[in-house]
Amino acid sequence: MTTPNVDLTGKIPNNVGLSDDVKLRRALETWLPQYLEWWNDMGPSDFADKPVFLRTAVSVDPGGWAHYDYVKMPDYRWGIFLDPNAEAASIKCGDDAGAPAWTDVPGEHRNTLRRIIVTQADTEPASVEQQRMLGHIAPSLYDLRNLFQVNVEEGRHLWAMVYLLHKYFGRDGRDEADELLMRRSGDPDKPRILGAFNQPCDHWLSFFAFTMFTDRDGKYQLAALSESGFDPLARTTQFMLTEEAHHLFVGETGLDRIIKRSAELQRQDPNGDIRNQGGIDFDLIQRTINYWFTYSLDLFGGEISSNASTFFATGLKGRYREDQYTDHRAIEGSYRVPVVEAGKMVEQEVPLRNAMNEVLRDAYVSDCERALRKWNKTLEAAGSPTRLSLPSRRFHRHQGLYADHRFDPAGNPISQGEYEANLGRWLLVPEDNAYLLSIMKPCYEPGKFANWIAPPNKGIEGRPIEFEYVRLD
Amino acid sequence: MQDVAHVSAAHPVEFEVDASAYRHWNITYDGALARVAMNVDAAAPLREGYELKLNSYDLGVDIELADIVRRMRFEHPEVRTVVLTSGNDRVFCAGANIHMLGLSTHAWKVNFCKFTNETRCEIEDATESSKQVWVAACNGTTAGGGYELAMACKEIYLQDDGNSAVSLPEVPLLGVLPGTGGLTRLVDKRKVRRDRADVFSTTAEGIRGKKAVQWNLVDAIFPRSKFDEKVLERAKAVADAASKDLAPGTRKGVVLGKLAPEVGPSGRQYRHVSLTWDDTTRTASLTVAGPSAADVRTIEQGGEAMREAGSDLWSLRAWRELDDALLHLRVNHMKVGLVTVRTTGDLATIQAHDAALVKARDHWYAREVLLHMARVLRRFDNTSRSFFAFGDAGTAFAGCLLELALASDRFYMLEQDGVQVAMSELNEGGLPMHNTLTRLQTRLLGTPDQVEALVGKREPMDAEAADDAGLVTVRLDDIDWDDDTRIAIEERSSMSPDALTGMEQNLRFPGPETPDSKIYARLSAWQNWIFIRPNATGPAGALTLYGRPERPHFDWQRV
Ligand SMILES: [Fe+2]
Ligand SMILES: [Fe+2]
Repeated sequence: MTTPNVDLTGKIPNNVGLSDDVKLRRALETWLPQYLEWWNDMGPSDFADKPVFLRTAVSVDPGGWAHYDYVKMPDYRWGIFLDPNAEAASIKCGDDAGAPAWTDVPGEHRNTLRRIIVTQADTEPASVEQQRMLGHIAPSLYDLRNLFQVNVEEGRHLWAMVYLLHKYFGRDGRDEADELLMRRSGDPDKPRILGAFNQPCDHWLSFFAFTMFTDRDGKYQLAALSESGFDPLARTTQFMLTEEAHHLFVGETGLDRIIKRSAELQRQDPNGDIRNQGGIDFDLIQRTINYWFTYSLDLFGGEISSNASTFFATGLKGRYREDQYTDHRAIEGSYRVPVVEAGKMVEQEVPLRNAMNEVLRDAYVSDCERALRKWNKTLEAAGSPTRLSLPSRRFHRHQGLYADHRFDPAGNPISQGEYEANLGRWLLVPEDNAYLLSIMKPCYEPGKFANWIAPPNKGIEGRPIEFEYVRLD
Repeated sequence: MQDVAHVSAAHPVEFEVDASAYRHWNITYDGALARVAMNVDAAAPLREGYELKLNSYDLGVDIELADIVRRMRFEHPEVRTVVLTSGNDRVFCAGANIHMLGLSTHAWKVNFCKFTNETRCEIEDATESSKQVWVAACNGTTAGGGYELAMACKEIYLQDDGNSAVSLPEVPLLGVLPGTGGLTRLVDKRKVRRDRADVFSTTAEGIRGKKAVQWNLVDAIFPRSKFDEKVLERAKAVADAASKDLAPGTRKGVVLGKLAPEVGPSGRQYRHVSLTWDDTTRTASLTVAGPSAADVRTIEQGGEAMREAGSDLWSLRAWRELDDALLHLRVNHMKVGLVTVRTTGDLATIQAHDAALVKARDHWYAREVLLHMARVLRRFDNTSRSFFAFGDAGTAFAGCLLELALASDRFYMLEQDGVQVAMSELNEGGLPMHNTLTRLQTRLLGTPDQVEALVGKREPMDAEAADDAGLVTVRLDDIDWDDDTRIAIEERSSMSPDALTGMEQNLRFPGPETPDSKIYARLSAWQNWIFIRPNATGPAGALTLYGRPERPHFDWQRV
């Protein structure tokens, strides 16, 4: 496939001076057709010709970044934007905190930075791949549109990262950008880099849990990178965060609407049997929370990590809202990490820098706890006796200190046998799919919602709930 | 630093392990194929203070590996291909444990590296000399010492999953070298272009996929879903090619029995070898007893008779004992600087032993016995102790045992009736040094005529004849013997141990360089220097601070 003379500057909204940057243009000219090919192969299946009411960022000024209109997804204008408010930025953390930020890649940190960027970038197309079949079983046009909004924005996030690779990392960067389009979520031979991005996301319960928990990891990673001393990375991720907020909204409210509906069905059924009413029972919701929350915890990396220490020390990655701290060097503090010793939990004191992954995970966990409180309020308001909770961060881990041990959801060490015997009670299991897929039939009538989910409180951008968010005919 | 490095007579490191219960390795056999999977028990380090995470290794892990390599040759001669892989599904091997290195004294690091180097050379020796071909199936991250281990194998297969890479991150991450043969094997063995080797060795994350094949860092990449199947296919092909020239017929292995020396506070008594030490004078005495007439008769009946005699055969047992004694000396008696070496027995019997052994060498077992003997002698050459061989009354430096005198830094011989040395076929070949020469050729490098004159000579030589032949360092009569040898010992023991080690290692290996000699001389010497430099191990050194919150600070002066 060849695309001669692509009018890149017209096609790609940007504030990075693309029209004057020959090198960058040339790199993107080669990459763009490959990207479109990937989108056709791995993007949302079957909806390419349907107009979707999408938000597109066309410029960084307040009126421009959220421009709403009908657009067919392949025509979506994937733009490249840096946060514009960054005069004379400085390195925000580590040994050189306060020194001027790097506007170009320092040779010393080149490989490390490339790795950080590639790892983040890899998650963006991965989630599009994971979600590509969900359009066929959407519970409403409203939700279908949200799915597609998330998808195109993940595509744009890939663009943002590829921009950095192309602009700052020369030939290696171009190779990495190509490879981002070659890996495939869940492919045993070419898997995506991180575990959670290779897990199947077969139904909308997982989709909402994914956008709630896994995208939220993305938020915290992006927030930590937005503190980077490498200024282009900081400014790119700041802009991505504005879009990420919508993904989290989709996940958090999606689960909230399911919970609300399940509580209604629980009340309606003479025996309080939600499944009997075609809804999603709370056990299954809890197991889904357990599953995606713990896979997402893995994404933060090891509890005690020399990489984390190096990233912080060199100013490449800060903490969540680094400016709320007074000590940006963090060379002296320590952090107490619970570790397993001879089958028992004991606390180990770790230098603060080596615990930076855990510090970021703390911020993430408390954000998740906030959402749980909200959902429990929904349950309370609906008169349901059920309460949902987060499992211990030691449960069901595949990375870090706890990966080699077994714990129950409360975080108590248990035997392998006990763990295996209870997996079906604690985690989403393949058998759940059969039930969920049996109730998840597409509901494409404007203003109508599937039986297992409540409608949202309001529509999008002032439009009513019954607005035709996706034009299917 | 005491935790890891501290060893004492009460808690020595033992090199004999229980082969029925390896802690860190799983071995399975399938006819001509063996699979050795590294599966390090993180909670079982050799010393306290660190965990062996991510299939990283310490001396304890490597002692088991050395035992596996050796036993495979003797106990499973039917095996043609050994697939070295990992029991961990993400990591093949992450290399030497960095926290262990950080906790170790300089001497411990040096000893550790030397032993691991010897094990890797043993893997290559098994591949080359025994046609027992080791291949590495790298089914995950293969970093640092992990990649060095893979490079000791004939072929390397890497899982192509977009993630698994081979790497040598020592320079960029730790400020030290890939010192377990890494740099040498990269350019000398795998013949990776030196400029690419430069890029590779400074890229911490390493190289994966097709590029790893293009640069010859690995021999093949296979997708994850077909990895085991493809490796097996390839391993079988390698096994077939390797066994083409092998004599047909079944090979029944010989189980290596326990050595179980009698251990006392100042000595270890084996059946044929005796090692005693004196911590106050910092000297040790090593005595090796020669074979008996019965041993010779067994060997004269040929390889099958030898095999039936098993590992009790002197030609194997005595040399295993010597090997164990040398290792014990190196690691558990760091302050002993000088070792006197003696032999006992009958010259003619040793000569007959060597002649019979050489005659039987078409049999796999006789061959393995010889190869083993050669390895133990090379371990001797590589041991950083002063060796003085003493040929006094009752001495038996003949043939294979004469090699001990030739390997020593000096050979003192008593002028007395009946005190003689003698040559055998084994002084003329079969027991090569790392420089590929015999010890005789190495010793008489400047006078090849003298080597010629000795070839085929079987009559015993007294001190004068041996001196004329160039074999003796100092010839003493019985009036001078006691005083002169005592003074020589005291003088030697008073000199700087560092300077002596350096001097001996430079003088022991004249002649050509080989990849092995480069590993032990050039690479190890640089590594050992870098290990004591502040840029690596000073308070702000890269190795010291690895895993700690502070970043290293270098002294930028090039030395
Ligand atoms: Fe994203
Ligand atoms: Fe997202």
